[in-house]
This record gives sequence, C-alpha cells and structure tokens, in this order.
Amino acid sequence: MGIEIEKPCVVELSNIAVSNTHGEDSPYFAGWKAYDENPYDELTNPSGVIQMGLAENQVSFDLLERYLEEHSEATTWGKGVRNSSFRDNALFQDYHGLHSFRAAMASFMEQIRGERAKFEPDRLVITAGATAANELLTFILANPGDALLVPTPYYPGFDRDLRWRTGVKIVPIHCDSSNNFQITPEALEGAYKEAESMNTKVRGVLITNPSNPLGATIERSVLEQILEFVTRKNIHLVSDEIYSGSVFSPSEFVSVAEILEARNYKDAERVHIVYSLSKDLGLPGFRVGTIYSYNDKVVTTARRMSSFTLISSQTQHLLASMLSDKDFTELYIRTNRERLRKRYEMIIEGLRSNGIECLKGNGGLFCWMNMSPLLEKATKEGELKLWNAIIHQVKLNISPGSSCHCSEPGWFRVCFANMSENTLQVALERIRNFVDKIRTHTLTAGSN
Amino acid sequence: MTRTREPESKSKTSSPSSSSTGMKLIVPLQGVVQGRGGILLGSLIPCALFYFFQLYLKKRRRSNDKHPSSNPPSPSSSFPELPRTPSRSNLSSRGSLTGVRLSRLATTISDDDSAYYVGLNRASRDPYHKLTNPDGIIQLGLSDNTLSLDLIGDWMRKWGSGGDDGLSINGIATYQAFDGVDELKLALSDFMHQVMGGSVHFDTSNMVLTAGATPAIEILSFCLADHGNAFLVPTPYYPGFDRDVKWRPGVDLIPVHCRSADNFNLSMTALEQAYSQARKRGVKVRGILVSNPSNPVGNMLTQDMLYNLIDFAEDKNIHLIVDEVFAGSTYGSEKFVSVAEILESDSEYIDNRRIHIIYGLSKDLALAGFRVGVIYSFNKNVLATARKLCRFSSISAPTQRLVTSMLSDKKFIQDYFETNRNRMRQVHHEFVDALSKIGIKCAKSSGGMFCWADMSGLIKPYSEKGELELWEKFMSIAKINITPGSACHCIEPGWFRICFTTMSLEEIPLVIERIRRVVEVCKSSS
Repeated sequence: MGIEIEKPCVVELSNIAVSNTHGEDSPYFAGWKAYDENPYDELTNPSGVIQMGLAENQVSFDLLERYLEEHSEATTWGKGVRNSSFRDNALFQDYHGLHSFRAAMASFMEQIRGERAKFEPDRLVITAGATAANELLTFILANPGDALLVPTPYYPGFDRDLRWRTGVKIVPIHCDSSNNFQITPEALEGAYKEAESMNTKVRGVLITNPSNPLGATIERSVLEQILEFVTRKNIHLVSDEIYSGSVFSPSEFVSVAEILEARNYKDAERVHIVYSLSKDLGLPGFRVGTIYSYNDKVVTTARRMSSFTLISSQTQHLLASMLSDKDFTELYIRTNRERLRKRYEMIIEGLRSNGIECLKGNGGLFCWMNMSPLLEKATKEGELKLWNAIIHQVKLNISPGSSCHCSEPGWFRVCFANMSENTLQVALERIRNFVDKIRTHTLTAGSN
Repeated sequence: MTRTREPESKSKTSSPSSSSTGMKLIVPLQGVVQGRGGILLGSLIPCALFYFFQLYLKKRRRSNDKHPSSNPPSPSSSFPELPRTPSRSNLSSRGSLTGVRLSRLATTISDDDSAYYVGLNRASRDPYHKLTNPDGIIQLGLSDNTLSLDLIGDWMRKWGSGGDDGLSINGIATYQAFDGVDELKLALSDFMHQVMGGSVHFDTSNMVLTAGATPAIEILSFCLADHGNAFLVPTPYYPGFDRDVKWRPGVDLIPVHCRSADNFNLSMTALEQAYSQARKRGVKVRGILVSNPSNPVGNMLTQDMLYNLIDFAEDKNIHLIVDEVFAGSTYGSEKFVSVAEILESDSEYIDNRRIHIIYGLSKDLALAGFRVGVIYSFNKNVLATARKLCRFSSISAPTQRLVTSMLSDKKFIQDYFETNRNRMRQVHHEFVDALSKIGIKCAKSSGGMFCWADMSGLIKPYSEKGELELWEKFMSIAKINITPGSACHCIEPGWFRICFTTMSLEEIPLVIERIRRVVEVCKSSS
C-alpha cells in the first residue's frame, strides 16, 4: 500500500494567508500546545500542565449563573413572541446594535468608573469582541505602513490584531522596571523619533489601562502626559480599558474618559476607548466588545465597518437585561473586585514566600512576576530556557516577557483567575519545589 | 502678506511650503500690476484661486452637512440626538485642516453614499407601520424574509429559553473555538445537506463559521487575493460585495456584464473577454465571485454553467467563490444545484481546492440578527488561515447553542421549509402578476427574495441619471424603498430590485397602489 501523495495545490493564496504576521508562532501560543496536550485536572490529571497563560476570569461565574436562574425573563423574548420585540430582534442586523443594549453597556461602563465619566449610548459601536474592536480602530485611524506606538510590555495578541490584516506597524514605547514600567514622556518621544527615522508616519498611541501584562493601572499624571503628547503631535489615543472592572480598588483606576470630562472634552476627538465583557464579566465566549469614540466620523465609520463583526441580537438582548439591572451590576462589580484582590494577594504571598517578587499590581487577571534572579544568563535566550523548564518540568504554562516584547529578560505574566483556589495552591507548591531545586543546585554547584 | 488658503488636499496649515507658494502666486500678480509679462498668469491665477476657494468652501459645506451638530446619521427612527453640551464645539465637526486625521479607508467608507445605503437610512427614519405610520416608507430594499417568522417565533417561545431548565451558560461563557463549536458545525452540515437538495455531504472539517455571511466573504477575499488584485463578478450583483471585497481586503471587482436579452444569465464569452481585458490592463485576476441563486436577479446557475465556471477557473488557475446564501429560498420549478454537488459527483476530475462556498442562516432561516455564516472550502491552507481570521468575527456562544438546538429539531426545519416555500411562491406569483398588470415586467426568477423589475420604460433619460430620478420618485412619491440597478452595477438602466418577502399577501395591493402612483406620474410627464 503506497502512501498517497497529495498533488501540490496549484492555485495561489494571498500573501496574508502565507505570512506569519498573525504571530501565532510565538512562544505565547506555543506554550498552549503543551497545555492542550496534557491539561491539568484536579481529579483525572493532577500532574498535567496548569494553564496560567490564559487571562480568563472564572472567579465570579456563580454570580452570573445565579442571576440567569433568578431572572429568566432576561433570556426569553418578552411577553409572548408574537409581538414585535422578537420579530425585530431575530431580524435585527442593524449595525447600530440594540439601543437597550448600548444603553446598558454605557451605564455599566459608568458604574465601573464610579460615575466619574458619562458615556452616551449613541457613541458606542458594537463589535464581536475587543480583538475586533482594536483591529477595526486600527483600520480607521492608520493607513498600511503607518504606525501605532504601543508601550512595552504589551499583550502579544496586538501583533496580530493591530498589524496582520491592517498592514500597520507597531513601534514600541520602551518601559522598564526602573520606574515600574511606567510610560514616560521621554519614552514617548523616543518611540516617535524611532518611527520618524524609519520614515514611518505615527498615527496614534495605544495604551492598555489597566495594563496587560503588568496588571497595574496607569496613573492620572501619566495619562495627562500621554494626552498632552498625542495632542501636540496631532495623533490619536486608543485606550483599551477591558480590565477596568477588574481593578481591585475602585479609586485606583482613572479612565481617560474622566480626564476628558473634567476638561470639558477639549481635544477629545482624538480619543477612543475599547471595552469588552470578556474579562470583567468573564464572558469571552459571548464575543462582546465595544468602541467608544468622541469622534463623530470615527463613530460613523466604525459602525459601518462593524458589519463584519456584529454581536448576535440574542446576546445583545440577554445582556441588555442583565446589565441594566443596577442592583446586580453593583453587586457583581463589587464582589468580582474583592475576589480578584484576594486571589492576587494569595499568589503574591505564595510567590514572595519563595523569594519571587512581582511588580506591584492593582488590577487585571494576572501578575507580572520577576524571575530574573533565576536566569542563568540575563538574555532572551536565558529567559526562554527558564520558560521551557517551567513548562516542561514545573508543568505551568505562563507567558514569557519576551513574547510581550519586554526589553528586560526574566519577567513572566502569570494568570490567576482562571482556576480554583486549590489549583492555584498546587501551582504555588510546584513553583516552591522548582525554586528550591534551583537554589539547592546553585548552592551545590557553588560549593565545588 | 496675505496667505492664500490652500485647497483641502493640504492638511497642515503650518507647513512652511504654504508661505513660499503664496509668494509664487503673489509675484506674478505683482508682475501683472506692473505691466510686465504675466497677463496670462495674471488672469489664470486669480481664476485658479477663486476656483480653489469655491472648492474649499464647497467641501467645507459638505463636511458640515455630513456632521450636522455632530450627530452621526442613524437609520433607527428612535435615534435620539446627541446631547448638546458646550464642549460640542470641540468635537470633531471641524474640517480636516485642523482636526486629527483618519485613514484613507475611513474616508472612503464615510463618503460612501450609494443609493443602497441612502435608501436603507431614509426608510428606517420613516418606517411604515400599518397602524402608527401608514404613510411611512415601506422597506422593500432589504432582502429579509418575514413571511414565516411566526414559525420561528413559535419555536423560540417554546424552546428558545432553554426549555424548562432555563438558559444555562455552563460551558459557553469561556473561550470557544473561534471557528465555531463542533455541535453547531454538525447541525449546519446536516442543514446544508437538506437545503442543497439532499444529495451533498458537507464535512465539518471543511467548515469555518463566522458572524454572518458578510465576514465570510471578507475573510475569503483576504485569503485568496492580495490588495490590488481582482475578482470577476457577473452583473448585476449584490451591492454588499463592494463593501465585503473592496473595503478592507482591497480586492477589486471587475464586472462581467449580463444582459436582459439573456435574462441576465452569464455568458462565458463575456467572462473570457472581461478576463483578457483585465490581463491586458495588468490586473491580476484571482477568482470569480458568483451568487447562486443570484442576487438581485433571482435566477439560478444551471449544472452546465457550473461546469463551465469550474473549467474556466481551472484553465486560468484561479479560484471560484459561490455565494449560496439563498439556496433554500427557491420557489420556482427549477431545482437548485450546489457547486458542492458537482464536486462530489466528479471529485476525481476536478481539483476542488480552488472552489469555495459561502452560506449562512440570514436568508433561509430568517435569522439575520443571530449572525451565522459559513465558509466551506476544500483547501486546507484556506481553512487554516480562515480559522485564524475568524477570531475577529466569531459567533456568540449562546447563539451557537440556540441555533444548534433549532437546527436539530428536524421536524421543525421540515415544516418551516415547506411552509416558507409555499408562502414565498404565493407572494412572488401574486406580486409579479400584479406588477405586470400595471405594465411592469420582471426577469424570470426562481430563487432569492426579490423581483428584478424592468422600469426602463418609465425613466427619462435612458441613463443612470434617469434611473436615480425614478428611484427618488419611488422614495418621495410612492414612499417605498427599492434598490436601483446602478447600485448593483447593472449595465442596462431602469432595472430595480424589489424584495417581496417582507410583504404579506394582504399588503400587495397597497404596495402596487403606491407603485402605480409613480407609474402614473411618469406616464403623465412623458
């Protein structure tokens, strides 16, 4: 029996199809392979790989479940389906999105910001997830070959979302541990000049606040400096605030929306906010994202473009109901914050007791862990070597800083909200053993 | 020294070049005044200045019209005005001279004022309602099907909330496979098997699910062609293709004109010609895009024609994309033949890796709001890329579950199809009949949700201008929104697409009466 050799396919595909700008060959995604092949399960596979590379929020899932059980009207189609409500909903493919849904999202976003900023439902554009929102904004704000400035370290997915189909470049704004990775005016200018030296037009700055992977909010003074910078250069500012509801202490998050409102929306037409329910509400499967823009033309254009990435009317209907229930959202936001804070403290303490320090964080679903003391060599290769050991020996999938374009080797992003407390303890235990082994080995090696 | 205002193509007022340009304009004028040479320049330059100034003012006016008090236009009739705050003046209604710039693509999109979109907007701002707004605009420009929505509604009422157990989000809150969950792919594979005549097997591993057919077409375009390449597409075609293929993928659509003499069926000669002309112009043609049943005409590709297209694609080594979203919406006597059927029966002789099918539930199951689309391809590389790209356009998990449930209710699907087909046949027959009684003939069609009506006798002049004037009459006098053939790139003026699936039998006389108003007006003015 011969092996069937497939005739080579003659018809060509596009450059996009054959390029690897999707970035899915980076270690960030490669680590997942190890997990997929041997996933941890408390009962059936206790020695498997624990997934700590996925920023998913499962700590407050019970609240959502309970809500839906107690409020079945949220999931039904209103009193009797023969009325127009269902008719309109099933057919409703209007790219504006259901007004009730947008109003509920706007109100939810306001609640998260402690009512310190107002959001108009008619400035909200719906998209199937923040991934689509970031890509869509990039299509609108920049031409192929132009650049967006993005502070490092940043979410590895940006390489794909901002660059792949758009043809737009990312020029990094270098941040380092000397000042807790905060963005400085010098770093902003430096990035801008770097783009200029490559003859690349800078179209905007994209920040994530709270930051992924740092797990820390951006300070008000820094936000003001960034606003001043983009205004001076006459470019855009995109603020990805998808973790805004996951800041442990509500007073510590300052949204760019608050700053704009405080200054009466001066220069606001260059600012655009991205939000999503994938992180704060733990509903990534629902594919719910939004763009909020203070720029009318961006709103109009984004709406038309959102035809490629609409949210199902069923989902809009369900969420409109849930998110406009202020008692529920207040309870959810408060409880979620508290639970995340507890998790964070648990992992920080656990790591600290093993001599591993993390960046001081105050939000998000992960911590930014400093393992540079454990590196054999303070290089990217050294980091990847350590990472390999962590994946294959410790059996934890965490994300190496190099995949986040961090300029300093040895930092890792560790997610803590996508597992039970027990699993987290198991992970911490494994880390303890690993660190002990390294330290003993070093001691033994040193004593020869 | 007065600084001349540059036309809008210069966006920076502070560029140093503008002052030296100013000098270049002023000096010859001085020359004229002092009697030296430059009489020509002296008269040309002020004229040029005046012209550019008018152009600038016109553009300024147009951009202000587009942003009346900073409100984005909206089709929703209950669309509230954006609140007026003192800060409004700081928001973006300024011209691009001082505001922050958007991309070229954004400008193209926001300037898109094709009749298709304008009509939809106007209709939704003054929508007809039997009781509350009987003089409103009747929407016949959107190919939605409300004829059998009551059946879907009944099913939803019984099962749409998860039955007795209620809606559970267990298992659907977390990240799902971006290209669709297996259960839905299976259910869709079964459904497509039924819809396409019961003879084709659809393999779930060849499927990528997307949030509607719209992103499916866009994603395929990204996979099969580069920016600047082109697809051949028979005209008239669905106006949405211009958006789906051109906007972001940057792939051009080269029309292959079909004629009323052929009932707008595609001629292979025309296809060959269009292809070689494109080649001569140096355009790289990467594929052919067809819809079957066709939108807007409603005719179907015969088996022979499908073979011809496949041979053509093979010969030129290009792709063939067949949009079959209306496969289950047929009412005529012809049997629908999916290109998949041909591939299945002739798999040894045809390389199926160049053939791709688009499908979705917006038409056949009236679930446009749910956003369920399918890319069906035999090309592993296309599938691999599409799988990565569909993360930007994934179907919401609760909807995947709901739709799987509905599609698995085989008896319901069967009932729906039978009832829907009968109702479509009835309404189509009545409407076409009534139209012919007032002198309007339609192209022969057997599928889709529209009639392709010949109003060329009513337009004057016999041109796109005449056609658009008639379209305006329909909008303002008859108060119905129908789609002019020019929006579909039809080469013959005067044809209009009228969707009949949002009309009940009882409403036909009302619609006909309104159309008659326009016919009378046109006849009396000629």
